[in-house]
Amino acid sequence: MKRSISNLFGRALFAWLLCSAASVSFAANSASAPTSVDTAFAANSKLSASTTDHSKLPALQGPFKTGPEVTKACLQCHNMAGHQVMESIHWKWEAINPLTGQKLGKQHIANNFCGSILSNEPRCTSCHAGYNWKDKHYDFNNQDNVDCLACHDTTGTYKKIATDAGHPLYEPRELPKGSGKIVQPPDLTKIAQHVGKPGRKNCGACHFSGGGGDAVKHGDLDSSLINPARKLDVHMSPEGANLSCADCHTFNKHQVSGSRYTGKPNDPHGLDTPISDDKNRATCQSCHGNAPHKKEVINNHNDRLACQTCHIPAFARGGIGTKTLWDWSTAGKRDENGKPVFIKDDHGHMIYSAEKGDFKYGENVIPTYKWYNGTVKSVSITDKIDDTKILELNAVEGSAKDPNARIWPFKVMVGKQPYDVVNKTLIVNHVYGKDDTSFWENFDYEKSIKAGMDYAGLPYSGKYGFIETRMNWFITHMVAPKEDTVKCSECHSRDPSSRLASIRDIYIPGRDYNPIVETLGWLAVAGSIAAAIFHGAIRYISRRRKDKDHG
Amino acid sequence: MANQERIYIYKRYERFWHWSQALLVIVMMITGFEIHGTYSLLGFGRAVQFHTMAAWALITLWAFTIFWQFTTGEWKQYKPSLKNVTAMIRYYTIGIFTGSPHPFHKTALQKHNPLQRLAYLALLAMISPLIWISGLLYLFYGDWTRWGLNNYLSLEWVAVAHTLGAFMMTAFFFIHVYLTTTGHTLTAHIKAMITGWEEPDSPRSKH
Repeated sequence: MKRSISNLFGRALFAWLLCSAASVSFAANSASAPTSVDTAFAANSKLSASTTDHSKLPALQGPFKTGPEVTKACLQCHNMAGHQVMESIHWKWEAINPLTGQKLGKQHIANNFCGSILSNEPRCTSCHAGYNWKDKHYDFNNQDNVDCLACHDTTGTYKKIATDAGHPLYEPRELPKGSGKIVQPPDLTKIAQHVGKPGRKNCGACHFSGGGGDAVKHGDLDSSLINPARKLDVHMSPEGANLSCADCHTFNKHQVSGSRYTGKPNDPHGLDTPISDDKNRATCQSCHGNAPHKKEVINNHNDRLACQTCHIPAFARGGIGTKTLWDWSTAGKRDENGKPVFIKDDHGHMIYSAEKGDFKYGENVIPTYKWYNGTVKSVSITDKIDDTKILELNAVEGSAKDPNARIWPFKVMVGKQPYDVVNKTLIVNHVYGKDDTSFWENFDYEKSIKAGMDYAGLPYSGKYGFIETRMNWFITHMVAPKEDTVKCSECHSRDPSSRLASIRDIYIPGRDYNPIVETLGWLAVAGSIAAAIFHGAIRYISRRRKDKDHG
Repeated sequence: MANQERIYIYKRYERFWHWSQALLVIVMMITGFEIHGTYSLLGFGRAVQFHTMAAWALITLWAFTIFWQFTTGEWKQYKPSLKNVTAMIRYYTIGIFTGSPHPFHKTALQKHNPLQRLAYLALLAMISPLIWISGLLYLFYGDWTRWGLNNYLSLEWVAVAHTLGAFMMTAFFFIHVYLTTTGHTLTAHIKAMITGWEEPDSPRSKH
């Protein structure tokens, strides 16, 4: 009897624990997921979002030794995927400017970071959506070289290593060399069995580290966006919309939307609907429409301003400094023992590298504002340049007169880089490679530029110098919560350091005025006050005199 | 003398109109010059908000006032006349200092002296339309394209016109406030606008 009572009590306790655990987990579900009926239903019924459990597929049982082996297995079922990827910018590293016809993309344009991929392929192509791009003779038509896992790994363990032309590690290796740390290769079989939609980390592996390290290039893209606070990015924060990159940068047939090479200055198309839209949600307007504010007076700004101009008050807000200056002209210094010099600042930032020159970094940087009408004039390596002034590598065009132009925020990268002083062109610098011409081995520009230009098949006079350059990077991520948007008075102000102080071709209330009206107006006001005082004074004096006479 | 008696000159609605309008105009001058960039007080955004709210309040007040002016026939007070204008000018430039009597005597039927009539006419016919038309265009900037106005207007010129009106209004304001002190005592006019009653004119005998 006693036993059965305690048994009963035990069962009741168990049931109670079970219920409370279930309710806690239900509460956790409803708290973390947006209150959508669909997600609540999916969570309750424990349905997988995918119709395929890849771990059960015979084709994916492996074991896989290399990346291309995995790709072959993927393509057995996804037999059009390779062809789609091979048409994409992630594979070709090439884009055609729809307005100018100019060939853009990493293969063609110059930047003021690492320079050119030519002659440096194995290093640069660690971020190629493929394998084996080791030199300029790469076969862009071999679909087995497409890298499916870089984008579709959901385990977070797949990593293309920096120097192997897009391959991950296949054998344990000491990295970095001489550190004594042995890095194990990823388990390709397990990864192949756990593929899915790309998350922030997949895209970030390359896009957060552009320019050779975390946060270096963009200013609004760095690893702080993998798990950002709402304050940093309302869209990607788990406390916010918890979106992944591809939720906005929609992929259609593996073609990504919202490339910076074809950035839309505005989006009159507005809200996207399933029937009418262009399946490109990479503009703010795709989800928010063209009049999203309650106050009409705020909506009225959208004929002049990009959304980003007010909603991203500063970039590099995630605690990681972005590179703001890169001066190649000082690279190559060695100490008294002949060893290359590397200097770090108090924050651990490299401020001088013998391999790359001087650097500066910025956090919480206020953007530079410029008109942009959709046209970017990019300089390619073969273009004749004017070396009498600062060279803008990707000048953005537009003015107040252009109805398509909007004022956009930019990170302006300051650079100083080698060029051919006789032929007046930028150059290809061979920086990476275990040979006696690469700059990072020998620190000799004479050799490395000649090797780079020979490899590229471009004319080189043999005489190089350094030219100051600028590069414009669109600031469009790290959208702040509405309470942190740029305040009206940060532009509507006569303060010469106000945000839009450099934009002079529009009338900004609170900043601008007509000097004639201003002068005449204040004269009239001052005149009326002076007349009143003068008239009043005479009244006062004449009255006192009269009082005296009477008295 | 008949005009030595207390007369009821400003009716209740008229006084309500005057003082609420005064308040709104002062609010609009303060916020308006902040929007113009002359100083910063509330912050640009809030200044715009207050300025816009005051504008709509004033438009509402004017709607009632125009109705009142026509239903009561008070609009006739603003009919200009050049009669006795020179006498008024002579009074303000000489007579007021020598202690001459005011050439104009207020009655309930004629509350404005000829100079006042001219001044209010200028306000109504020039300054008000300039401010209101430019102000409403400013407010409805977002609809210019829909209304087909965007090719004919620029924000700059609308803003400059509005500023011009604002300066004229401000100059008017200071002169107006000063002239309220020119009654038979310093505060006689102001008292009348508060109570509605104009006291008899016997300034010199009082003290």
